[in-house]
Amino acid sequence: MVTMSYAEAGKQALADEMRRDPLVWAVGEDLGRGGVFGQYKGLVEEFGPDRISDAPISEAAIMGASVGAAMAGTRPVVEMRFADFALCAVDELVNQAAKARYMLGGQTKVPMVIREPMGMWRSSAAQHSQSLESWYTHIPGLTVAAPSTPADNFGLLKSAIRADDPVVYFEHKNLWGLEGEVDEAADPIPFGKARIEREGADITIVAWSAMVHFAREAVNTLAEEGISAELIDLRSLWPWDKDAVLASVGKTGRLIVTHESVSVGGFGAEIAATVSEALFGKLKAPVKRLAAPRIPISYAPPLEDEVRVSPARIAETARAMVSQ
Amino acid sequence: MNSPNTSAPARNVDVARHTDHHKLMHRIRAFETAALKANEEKLVLGAIHPSIGQEAIAAGVCANLRRDDYLLSTHRGHGHTLAKGANANQMMRELLGREGGNSQGKGGSMHIADFSVGMLGANGVVGANINIAAGAAHAIKLKGEDKVSLSIFGDGAINRGPFLEGLNWAKVFELPAVFVCEDNGFASTTRTDAMTAGPGPAARAESLGIPAVTVDGNDVVAVDEAARELVEAARSGGGPRFLVCKTYRLTGHTAADAAPYRPSAEVDEAWKNDPIARCAALLLGAGVSQDELSAHATDATAEMEAVYEDAKAAAWPAIDLAYADVQDIGDPREEANRW
Repeated sequence: MVTMSYAEAGKQALADEMRRDPLVWAVGEDLGRGGVFGQYKGLVEEFGPDRISDAPISEAAIMGASVGAAMAGTRPVVEMRFADFALCAVDELVNQAAKARYMLGGQTKVPMVIREPMGMWRSSAAQHSQSLESWYTHIPGLTVAAPSTPADNFGLLKSAIRADDPVVYFEHKNLWGLEGEVDEAADPIPFGKARIEREGADITIVAWSAMVHFAREAVNTLAEEGISAELIDLRSLWPWDKDAVLASVGKTGRLIVTHESVSVGGFGAEIAATVSEALFGKLKAPVKRLAAPRIPISYAPPLEDEVRVSPARIAETARAMVSQ
Repeated sequence: MNSPNTSAPARNVDVARHTDHHKLMHRIRAFETAALKANEEKLVLGAIHPSIGQEAIAAGVCANLRRDDYLLSTHRGHGHTLAKGANANQMMRELLGREGGNSQGKGGSMHIADFSVGMLGANGVVGANINIAAGAAHAIKLKGEDKVSLSIFGDGAINRGPFLEGLNWAKVFELPAVFVCEDNGFASTTRTDAMTAGPGPAARAESLGIPAVTVDGNDVVAVDEAARELVEAARSGGGPRFLVCKTYRLTGHTAADAAPYRPSAEVDEAWKNDPIARCAALLLGAGVSQDELSAHATDATAEMEAVYEDAKAAAWPAIDLAYADVQDIGDPREEANRW
């Protein structure tokens, strides 16, 4: 076990995979200088500029060229810099990368990882703060992951690089500096396996990415009050671990899904619907979603905070549901 | 529109090579004719975009590609795919959405592909193949191979962002990429020049430092010769190259488009510049008999009629294929079964 940051864990996973497979390469703006968040720092020295490749500010070309490079036998890791910027390459991701294998009848696969730093972090306003993970769960052909810890970033990024299909990989910008224990010898973490962050009996809270940490704060508060909450970190949204969620809610009878992205049409709705379909008679309270209002993200801190779901709000909601 | 380059200097006619072109162009036209018949008979249900009139570009360009070179095409891609060496039976089955199609009937005309001959796909999104082709060229460079990656797109594509991004990419990384603009004068059903600023595709490529050549795209010899030089330059490490082939789309945008937006006199005039007839005239002048040339046409028609009959007789794909090849992780049947 080694202590490392979330950013270092991602870097370590990429370096390991690049050593393991010479066909893995990374491409994006400013990678030669370590990437805009330093998550590639030092890699160009080991792997050279062909494999840690700078790119013009051409998101469509970064994504589209990677589709072609993947079809032609390499395994690109695409850096989109901000999830918001990846919207300049949606055709290349949604119409090309996600569809090629199916549309071409299995003649090709498109093994590529699309790293999309997501989420709110200090006053970055509406074009550098979004959490758009639920969009991509809607697209057949894409795998979607959103790790919350250094260990998960290490293990899930390895799985993403080894996957033969495109993986949209959301790292949260507020977590880059988060430190944690990482087992460098651990196997890659498979997609679709949730992590039970905390076991509990009274209510289930499902979260992913940075929201796991807010939810943990709420769980700690609730524990002091004698409420036992089970916290599930989904880790990947497609595929998602239905079995873990249904087993937990089957036990607790109550569910909160919380995410940083907009509530309307968010992935929490899919989870709520699935739980309602499967466990209608066993629910002790209506399923609750705690997510962002459908407003763009503001620059001014007090307005930005309006979009955040706070630990206090999660705890308050859980309290009300348990006392019903 | 173009007129025949009747003042071209006398050339050495490579009879064997241009005979192959002539046969191939007839095969492409016969395939398109059969596809149009299938469309009329409502056996092709989706849109098809015939390449009638543009056969010299497919033949002349692809004659310079090896089987393991990469080709990426457009929605108007039947001719390119045949010219790259794809099997016509599999292609027609794909157009009809039948078992045994190149893509098992899941892609149809606009996504025709045959990876066994390096044809990495036509594309339903205008210009989208340009970045993909640049990326295939990027992989060639990373792997140290001596292949080239060639993309063919229409004149409409030069107004899309990927045109700039992909060409810039190919030049910045000095990739073995050849870009071919099939300039038929129409972007869908609008005259391209009405919607295009500046002097056009070659100037745009040259502005990025990519050498560009413009040829009469209805002259298969000119296309062949230009493509040979450009492909070899790209293959030998010279960086990307650009070819503009001026041509004319003798049919509408799709099989359903009667193209009333252009005067019939213009179309009649364009038929006089038929690339197949021009190639035939060249070969006739070089001593090939009319009987032999006529046989190319009748052979091609017979071949593609049989291809069509075969496709008509083929079964639909197994329903299970609807759930196959989505992705390795997660079984889509599980979701489907919920309902």
